[in-house]
Amino acid sequence: MNYFVDESGYYGDFGGAYIPEMLYPNVETLRQRYLEIINAPDFKKELDDLLRDYVGRPSPLYLATRLSEHYKTNIYLKREDLNHTGSHKINNTLGQILLAKRLNKTRIIAETGAGQHGVATATVCALMGLKCVVYMGKIDMERQAVNVQRMRMLGAEVIPALSGSQTLKDATNEALRDWINNPVDTHYIIGSVVGPHPYPDMVARFQSIISKEIRSQLEEKTGRSTPDYVLACVGGGSNAAGAFYHFLDDENVKLIAAEAAGKGVETGLSAATCALGKPGVLHGSKIIVIQTEDGQIVEPYSISAGLDYPGIGPFHSNLYKTGRAKFISITDEQALKAGYRLTLTEGIIPALESAHALAVLDTMKFKPSDVLVINLSGRGDKDLETYFKNEVKI
Amino acid sequence: MDNRINTLFRNKKNEVLSVYFTAGFPKLDDTLKILRSLQWAGVDMVEIGIPFSDPVADGPVIQESNKKALDNGMTLKNLFSQLEDFRKNIKIPVVLMGYFNTIFQFGVESFCRQCAETGIDGVIIPDLPAGEFISKYKPLFDRNNIKNIFMITPQTSDERIKMFDSVSDGFLYVVSSSKTTGTNLISDDFSKRYFEKIKKIKLSNPTMVGFGIHDKESFEIASKYANGAIIGSAYIKAIAETKTFRNTTTEFIYKIRPKAN
Ligand SMILES: Cc1ncc(COP(=O)(O)O)c(C=O)c1O
Repeated sequence: MNYFVDESGYYGDFGGAYIPEMLYPNVETLRQRYLEIINAPDFKKELDDLLRDYVGRPSPLYLATRLSEHYKTNIYLKREDLNHTGSHKINNTLGQILLAKRLNKTRIIAETGAGQHGVATATVCALMGLKCVVYMGKIDMERQAVNVQRMRMLGAEVIPALSGSQTLKDATNEALRDWINNPVDTHYIIGSVVGPHPYPDMVARFQSIISKEIRSQLEEKTGRSTPDYVLACVGGGSNAAGAFYHFLDDENVKLIAAEAAGKGVETGLSAATCALGKPGVLHGSKIIVIQTEDGQIVEPYSISAGLDYPGIGPFHSNLYKTGRAKFISITDEQALKAGYRLTLTEGIIPALESAHALAVLDTMKFKPSDVLVINLSGRGDKDLETYFKNEVKI
Repeated sequence: MDNRINTLFRNKKNEVLSVYFTAGFPKLDDTLKILRSLQWAGVDMVEIGIPFSDPVADGPVIQESNKKALDNGMTLKNLFSQLEDFRKNIKIPVVLMGYFNTIFQFGVESFCRQCAETGIDGVIIPDLPAGEFISKYKPLFDRNNIKNIFMITPQTSDERIKMFDSVSDGFLYVVSSSKTTGTNLISDDFSKRYFEKIKKIKLSNPTMVGFGIHDKESFEIASKYANGAIIGSAYIKAIAETKTFRNTTTEFIYKIRPKAN
């Protein structure tokens, strides 16, 4: 089975480039040039150096002893939370900004939900001296206020998305409209494995460093390069794509994706795409997306702004359909509890997004001999207020 | 195969006026009233927008009309039932314009069949890529004699324009500038150079300029280079508050293209 993108930009039935003609030239240029650019030795060297010296890679693979004891299994945490700017998002923004420079673009736009991708984009724009505009849903600007201030401090202009549910989906619409209106000087740094081909593949490649490192770190620590399970949360799916990437063809490695069930899959306040969605077209590709019978996209809900998206990218849509990955819905409550548990047992406050992946530990049974790797996609600083407001006693 | 679109352009080569409105806006049941007033005012062709929750190619005015229409309960199914008998009164060509997901959920095949049964002449699906259309759906459209209308922008290469021309037989939609709908930039030099370039290519299909056409001046500029123009956001604004579609529409249309025409 092939889990990677094919010649025409599809992952099985999913993917493609469903874009208005106004975006065609930019997306087509990317499609023609991305592989040649990102595989060039000078590009690789520049990116590798920055990932090491600026981001702090490799991120540690940490054996969480007390957490392992609690769940009676062996849990390793891939510490993307320790990256510069606090999440995996910077792996992608660094790659894309180097690409944008080689395409002679001078202005960068991005969408953001939790603000982590916005911060990571604003950061690399400051680093490279490029103009940066970030679209963010008005509701998200309120619940992630500190990240808005951070982006502004980094020199970015943050524009509120006022349409629809005023969250990530609407910020993405606004960024696409900006790109339509500024086709010549602007590159759009999409923050997840969503959007028209080649974005999902390009972002997955930039994030694939996560599983590349996991393989060699695990080998060094345990003598085996493959774990029994890899677990990650899925918003659009970039951290999960990165964590799964180099294990896709090892069919004995079980891949577990945690999606946000919000208040519960059946409550109407949920972002659990696989549980609630069906194939459709949103933001430039065919994906699984939550929608009405009439094809209107349904406003999602999750306590975690980074998972508050009605679809999953084509890469994951195909993993779901083929059964290669198992998708598990995690409620707000389960995520909060898992976040508090990690904080109290390991002294690590995870991002609410990552807490969804941790919560899988409470819903599945693992053997004492199993080796699990959980991708800790980000740190919880941005979510402190939400944690304080929703305290869970462990 | 000939349909009303071909007949229109055979009989009329200049100042063809097409008007867009969103189905279900301002009220759910306004569709037929608006269609009749547009025909009454002498409009040559009509585009009915199928509302979508995430209209990425549209500016604020049409975004708002889409949202209002959905809040009013408009669906594609509902639109087809409103259009069931519209051909009893409406003789001008009618085109449906909508994002691919609503059509995909409806089923592309049933969509084409319903279009043919009700008397729709063409469709504009901004986010359905040409390659996808040609490889998967063109036979369905052809069998039902529904014209798929492609868009051309200032960034579209000559080669690609010629490719669109070769697979089309209706008209080509020339997007006035690289903008979302409702932006008014039609009269700048850049647009003129771009229109001239398209004119020089000598296309076999008629062309209609759209996006940003909002008054007599912009309509006339567009008509100099193309067979006519399409008005969207400006008309949506005009009917947003009105109670009498016929008066508002005639007044709006006559200001753009005086009656004698
Ligand atoms: C820490 C963290 N994890 C996960 C996500 C979800 O995105 P993705 O599914 O692309 O990894 C986000 C998005 O903002 C995030 O900030």
